[in-house]
Amino acid sequence: MTMHLVDGGRPRFGPELRRFGTFLLGELKPRGRLLTPFNVITSAIVLLGGVLLVIRFAKGLGSITNLSQDVPWGLWIGFDVITGVAFAGGAYVVTFMVYILGQEKYHPIVRVTVLNGFLAYVFYAGALLLDLGRPWNVINPIIGNSFGVSSVLFLVAWHFMLYMMAEFIEFSPAVAEWLGWRRVRRVLKALTLGAVIFGITLSLLHQSGLGALYLMAKGKVHPLWYSEFIPILFVVSSVFAGLSMVIFEGSITHKVFHHRVGQRLRATHDDILRGLARICAGAMFVYLFLQLIVFVHGQRWTYLGTGWGAWYLLEIVGFVGVPAALFLSGFRKGRLPVIRAAAVLTLLGIVLNRLNVSVIGFKWYMAERYVPTWMEIVVTLAVISAEIWVFRWVVNRMPVLSFAEVDRTGEGERRVDIVAA
Amino acid sequence: MKRRDLLKTMCAAGGVSLVGGRLGAEERPPTAPLADRVGVLVDTTKCLGCRMCEFACATANDLPQPEASIDRSVERQTSPTQWTVVNRYETAKGPVTAKRQCMHCLQPACASACLTKAMYKEPEGPVRWRESKCMGCRFCMVSCPFDAPKFQYDSPVPKIQKCVMCWERLEQGERPACVANCPAGALQFGRRSDLLDEGRRRIALEPEKYVHHIYGEREVGGTSWLYLASVPFEQLGFPADVGETPFPVYTREFLYGVPLVLTLAPPLLLALSRASRARQIAEGEEEEER
Repeated sequence: MTMHLVDGGRPRFGPELRRFGTFLLGELKPRGRLLTPFNVITSAIVLLGGVLLVIRFAKGLGSITNLSQDVPWGLWIGFDVITGVAFAGGAYVVTFMVYILGQEKYHPIVRVTVLNGFLAYVFYAGALLLDLGRPWNVINPIIGNSFGVSSVLFLVAWHFMLYMMAEFIEFSPAVAEWLGWRRVRRVLKALTLGAVIFGITLSLLHQSGLGALYLMAKGKVHPLWYSEFIPILFVVSSVFAGLSMVIFEGSITHKVFHHRVGQRLRATHDDILRGLARICAGAMFVYLFLQLIVFVHGQRWTYLGTGWGAWYLLEIVGFVGVPAALFLSGFRKGRLPVIRAAAVLTLLGIVLNRLNVSVIGFKWYMAERYVPTWMEIVVTLAVISAEIWVFRWVVNRMPVLSFAEVDRTGEGERRVDIVAA
Repeated sequence: MKRRDLLKTMCAAGGVSLVGGRLGAEERPPTAPLADRVGVLVDTTKCLGCRMCEFACATANDLPQPEASIDRSVERQTSPTQWTVVNRYETAKGPVTAKRQCMHCLQPACASACLTKAMYKEPEGPVRWRESKCMGCRFCMVSCPFDAPKFQYDSPVPKIQKCVMCWERLEQGERPACVANCPAGALQFGRRSDLLDEGRRRIALEPEKYVHHIYGEREVGGTSWLYLASVPFEQLGFPADVGETPFPVYTREFLYGVPLVLTLAPPLLLALSRASRARQIAEGEEEEER
């Protein structure tokens, strides 16, 4: 910002600030038609969600949720937070491939994936605040007057916060480009590798940490889903959960924001999807093997004959095994519809798995089951709608789907900057 | 001073005298030896099922009085407004009544689950909750093997509610309200080690009357509340599958792994990134030479 205000050594505060203000105001205005079916429906959902949240904060969680003394965590934690964060795993996997392994092929999708990951954390992990009974105390574990370091949730909370910062730093060059702050951009760009390394480390820990939350719910989670390996299973599945989300979201984004997609991404998009499909298939076979070992070690044979056993097999075979095979065949034959179908099946499988651990299989022995109220579902949909709005706003303005390809060596970066200047 | 009173109570209740020097609260280590902690021994063979403890609990803790007439065939649970309940169970040895409340584990899952240390164990034994710290995440409820913590779902300023072993009464040198008001002498307050001795003595004196098991001696690593019964405890609604491992141990391995990953992953990733970059530059130069 500062360099904009200084011109030839003489600060010209007024006009620059005014110009910046007009620029921001112009950017804040919505673009395109306002009265689309999507806008109308999501606006209604968000409005209704807002009303429901007012009731929730005025009268307590019981006023709009079906949570009980027996089921303290429902849809908002099980789906919004635990499943949402698994879906956001694509950011750490793609940044690993691009910045650590140097697979330049995936560079064009880095920004959109990181943006998606960042927004997913802001909104879905942010949805945690709606579920907290006493959200005003949320700063307690952060500011240090009560460090519950023996708590897995303490780790998860800190990592959510730090990872959001890391992802913002990873995305920030796009913001700087949008604002035209070239020197700031160079500083931020220099932070990328550090943020990526830090972000991957944090992701490994909190993706597993979300599973570790249930380690003390021993006896409450159905034995087919409970094992000491939940944290590892959660990390491994977050790899293909995140990448399937990248495939799914990428396919939609590619159509909806076609005008914003850069040449290189346009040219390589299909190739990227095929590459991701192969990685997904690999990660899923690793996951299946791990599940098999856990199954045998846990001596779970006896449960297979029950209804829970059938439900478990549906999840493992129908929503991991089948999509894994589809990914592989889609990759071999280069058929994108097969890959997209596999991604959708995988995402459903992740929803199943996370909900089986956190909600469906939780207190499986109880006669009375927790079923979310329609109001819990509306609030969840409102959170998703709001996230899509922000995503759309950013993609339509910032260089997310099209940006100057920058060689990772310092040399290349300078060259591009000169060209841009 | 208050701790001193509490310890006096412990002496009186347990009938054990302490050396004066050990009474100073300041000199005590932050975690008292397990044997020093207070607890309650519940002898369900003496319980009449009169529910006096329920009413005494409500009075002592400013809770609404429990309903006078209840359906005995329904197993009731504790709630935000009722921290203890007496249930009746039909068993092979006839009806047995048993009081339930927070077990005050020696290594509480709820306290280790709490990320703000709102839930914590007093060195003397009781597990308490602090309103100013709690953020209402309810992870304590997910973790507790006995489902003791209850949440006020109907309040915009909700609290976690459960038995606190009448901490304020203990500080004033009194016994918990339920113990003090039990007309049948089914409840005995004292030091846990003494209560275990007493429990074993009763079982040894009347081996036919009791099952040879003190519930809470080893369950989840030991609890401050201990139970004697004439029938196996699962017939009295006690979870039989909680094991003898303290619950915080289940997350210990994961938490041990955290510093390892946090310190080892970044240098490995950095090394990997350097290696791949060096290769890229080399490849780039080769291309330029061609």
